[in-house]
Amino acid sequence: MQEKKELNFSKLYKFFIYAALLALAISIVVPVGWVFLASIKENSEFYGNPWTLPKGIYFQNFIDAFEKAKMGEYFMNSILVTVLALCILLVVALPAAYVLARYRFFGSKVINILFMGGLFINVNYIVVPIFLMFVDADKFLRNHMGNGFFLNNLFVVALVYAATALPFTIYLLSGFFVTIPRDYEEAAYMDGSSYFRTMVQIMMPMALPSIITVILFNFLSFWNEYIISMTLLTKDSKTLPVGLMQLMQAQKAAANYGQLYAGLVIVMLPTLILYILVQKKLTQGMSLGGLKG
Amino acid sequence: MKKSKERSIFITICVAPAVILFIIFMLIPTFNVFKMSLYKWGGYSNNKEFVGLNNFKILSEDTNFFRSFQNTVLLIVCVTIVTMALSLIFAAILSREKIKGQNFFRIIFYIPNILSVVVISAIFSAIYDPNSGLLNSVIGIFRSSEKTPILWLGDQKLVIYSLVIAMIWQAIGYYMVMYMASMASVPESLYESANLEGAGKVQQFFSITLPLIWTNVRTTLTFFVISSINLSFLIVKALTNGGPDGATEVFLSYMYKQAYTNSSYGYGMAIGVVVFLFSFGLSALINFVTRREPLEF
Repeated sequence: MQEKKELNFSKLYKFFIYAALLALAISIVVPVGWVFLASIKENSEFYGNPWTLPKGIYFQNFIDAFEKAKMGEYFMNSILVTVLALCILLVVALPAAYVLARYRFFGSKVINILFMGGLFINVNYIVVPIFLMFVDADKFLRNHMGNGFFLNNLFVVALVYAATALPFTIYLLSGFFVTIPRDYEEAAYMDGSSYFRTMVQIMMPMALPSIITVILFNFLSFWNEYIISMTLLTKDSKTLPVGLMQLMQAQKAAANYGQLYAGLVIVMLPTLILYILVQKKLTQGMSLGGLKG
Repeated sequence: MKKSKERSIFITICVAPAVILFIIFMLIPTFNVFKMSLYKWGGYSNNKEFVGLNNFKILSEDTNFFRSFQNTVLLIVCVTIVTMALSLIFAAILSREKIKGQNFFRIIFYIPNILSVVVISAIFSAIYDPNSGLLNSVIGIFRSSEKTPILWLGDQKLVIYSLVIAMIWQAIGYYMVMYMASMASVPESLYESANLEGAGKVQQFFSITLPLIWTNVRTTLTFFVISSINLSFLIVKALTNGGPDGATEVFLSYMYKQAYTNSSYGYGMAIGVVVFLFSFGLSALINFVTRREPLEF
């Protein structure tokens, strides 16, 4: 009798656990999946019950989103900005992280503290001063050369992305470089390898797993970022999330649901595909970095 | 001698670009936030007038600011408590129990974290839509259709809790993965001996798991404060833009509104300074209150 009761209890316990897990999973999968279904619905299908399945595949939504809502153009802008920012970031952060982790020199302590402090500076606080800095710089340039440069420039946005990602990236990479034994470098110097060559040919290949983690995290944050690009790109060229916000606002006025959800899929799909390919790496990397957001 | 010169050149080339970028795009703007908060500065015209702490004096009487203050604190408290409880529970389940499809659940739970806040906002505006929204249509099964639909984003009292739900939804997976990582390092032998002594699962959680990952939980508390302040801004900006009628205005959205939309830069930056000090102070306070002797295992 006693045993049976216990068995029942543990069965009930198991049931509750699975119910909780499924509830959370459903609350995530259903809305995301719903967006995918909604993106192939015709506009007339949005009135009434939202749970009806699409009647057919209405691909026109995507064509409209790409052409009329300019999501195609924004897509290219986003790719350009993200790739550019990642390149700048790696070229700047890798050597800095390596040297800061490995060498003691005049001022190295101060620089380390600066970057650590930088972890606490969030972009949301400083986006307005950055904007004003560019307004001033553009005004100066327009007076002297007749043309502004900094505002509405995708390259500048990429540069700002890279710069604001520096503290986190350097923190993560130096954390890795510190753990590599010094013997490798000493052996390389013995063989007459220069500082630069040692860094590029010996240390960086070893850091490859960390570099990939850094690329993943920053890809996600650059691709999804919208406050900086919304503030600094005030004219036609926009990035995807800002374009999507525009679609959301337009949708409130003229109910163009199909286009909106097609736009959503366009923004979401690259990150989802990347995530499914590398999810293990990403969640592992998080426990080693542990600082974001 | 030559070697030492070579070394300095190498170090300079490696570190200088990072330092320069950091100074231009982070240090100077941060410094400017503090500096500009002391000026009365109205937009594109160049007449900056030094007013000392006057901006802060106006701020202390600004009811809109207090409203955003209340909203932010409410968001921080609700989101932190619920997210932390849920993600601890789910982390404990996924790392302690034998679950079929454990990996599947972990992968699914982390998905909201990789989506852009704009995407999340769009998804939630589809969920919260009063007429054809997902939530109301589910509730409609249990509720007579004659009643007016629930305005999740239109009701001034309700809307802040709608935001809380969206923020929890976004954050659970992230913290769960973090807690799982530190739970993995708790030695199995402790649970085995607890089992022999007949301690239940709940008791094991509170007397073994939680004390041993306490350092990690403490760190995440600071994350909760900082990220709630930031994320609430991002979500509010995309989902409600502070509305209806200021009911969801939060710290940074109010700052952004004042500085960027309203072009009162000085005043906006004064808000920024207060928010910055607030988040710093609150983090320090939490750190102090939750201090325990670290447990060794």
